[in-house]
Amino acid sequence: MSSLEKVLEDTAVELLRRASTELRQEYVEALRGALETCEGSVGRSQLEAIVRNIELARRRSEPICQDTGIIGFIARIGEDFPIRAGLRDILVRATRRATEEIPLRPNAVDLFRGNTGDNVGVEVPILHIELVEGDELELTALPKGGGSSNVAAHSMITPGLGIMGVKRFVVEAVARAGSLGCPPYFIGVGIGGTEDYCMLLAKKALLRPFRVRSPDPNIAALEEELLERVNELGIGVMGLGEGPTALDLHVEVAARHPATMPVGVVMSCWALRHASARVTREGRASFL
Amino acid sequence: MEHRLKTPIHEEEIRRLRVGDIVYLNGTLITARDEAHRRALEMHARGEMPPVSFRGNGVFHCGPIVKRVGGEWRVVAAGPTTSSRMEIFEDRFIEAFRPAMIIGKGGMGDRTVRACSEYACVYGAFTGGAALLAAEGIKGVREVHWLEELGMPECLWVFEVEDFGPLIITIDAHGRNLTREAMERVASRKEAIIASLGG
Repeated sequence: MSSLEKVLEDTAVELLRRASTELRQEYVEALRGALETCEGSVGRSQLEAIVRNIELARRRSEPICQDTGIIGFIARIGEDFPIRAGLRDILVRATRRATEEIPLRPNAVDLFRGNTGDNVGVEVPILHIELVEGDELELTALPKGGGSSNVAAHSMITPGLGIMGVKRFVVEAVARAGSLGCPPYFIGVGIGGTEDYCMLLAKKALLRPFRVRSPDPNIAALEEELLERVNELGIGVMGLGEGPTALDLHVEVAARHPATMPVGVVMSCWALRHASARVTREGRASFL
Repeated sequence: MEHRLKTPIHEEEIRRLRVGDIVYLNGTLITARDEAHRRALEMHARGEMPPVSFRGNGVFHCGPIVKRVGGEWRVVAAGPTTSSRMEIFEDRFIEAFRPAMIIGKGGMGDRTVRACSEYACVYGAFTGGAALLAAEGIKGVREVHWLEELGMPECLWVFEVEDFGPLIITIDAHGRNLTREAMERVASRKEAIIASLGG
């Protein structure tokens, strides 16, 4: 193994460790803020448990949630970065190591053979690769839990309904998710592209920094309105009707076919877990 | 009201609980998810008994992370999983095995509510995702069954628990379902929001 390969493997293990054991500070502060302003005792009890749990995870460097998710990575590979097609094998090794070392729960289930036991399976870890300019690699670990994945929603809306149809679908999707995906949610909405691409946009929308609005003022206004609307649903923490329903909502868009209006809604539980790092071609890793 | 209960929990103790009450559980708590429910019910249908008795105990919708440390099992993280997936099994499970308490997250449906009333069982919600807090209440692994066949998340872990909670009773043995009541309010607000969007 070259030293760069070793750096990449170690970096990927560390990303999985950070993603599963630490929440980004701004999410923790938002949850603490929700605890301070929550009036109902049931909602408070849930937020207190969440905040205590986050502290335990950080202190012990152990997974926040036992569902450490199906493992996924997004790699933005510089065109002059020396490792490209070889990245998959490195991430497979890193996933196996992380499963053992952190430890992560084995969550890769083969359709016919059952749980593979090491979080590696056909097409898993799931890898999205983008080729970008430069000579560095930016790697994001994005494990996704089952409970909040099960409440994802997708629809090919009648284009004539326009943006109103999109809003309606998002509100309906969050209402349907209800208590099931561990609210308060982080919500990613993808609009346009194709039937598959809108889901990827929705997933990537989760990665945009917390409470940073889209640079497009129309989209930013849509984000504000949808966030307000879904909170009016009053699902509350753990679906018990008290405290916030969603902490943030991001929208990403792509152009669409004139006859289609694809909409994807991806939800994260309160434990929005992701971590990123940049690796130079000389093998220097910095965590973002 | 707050209650500290010890397994085996008797019917009259269960009937005393009301939605909104908080329970801390002591004694035996057994994990069972989709596959374990299915398998236990298949055994019951064949007239066989599962390897552990659920009677009067807690059943936990949970797929924990458990690590073998020097011959002993250590529970690393053990929060609840989404209970609604078990709705297709739970009424038959309660009837067949008579657990006193089902623990999970997200609540359950009408079939479970009916079985809880009929056979004196309650549903206690543990905060979803709070897996380390849950593990703090688990003092040991007494037994494990079906680990080879079903894998770590799906097998039956028999835990010894101490003041495991807080568990919010969201389904009591008198027909009330707190989550459902909250979701009915959400549904009516949703109608109002949709109407205000026009179209």
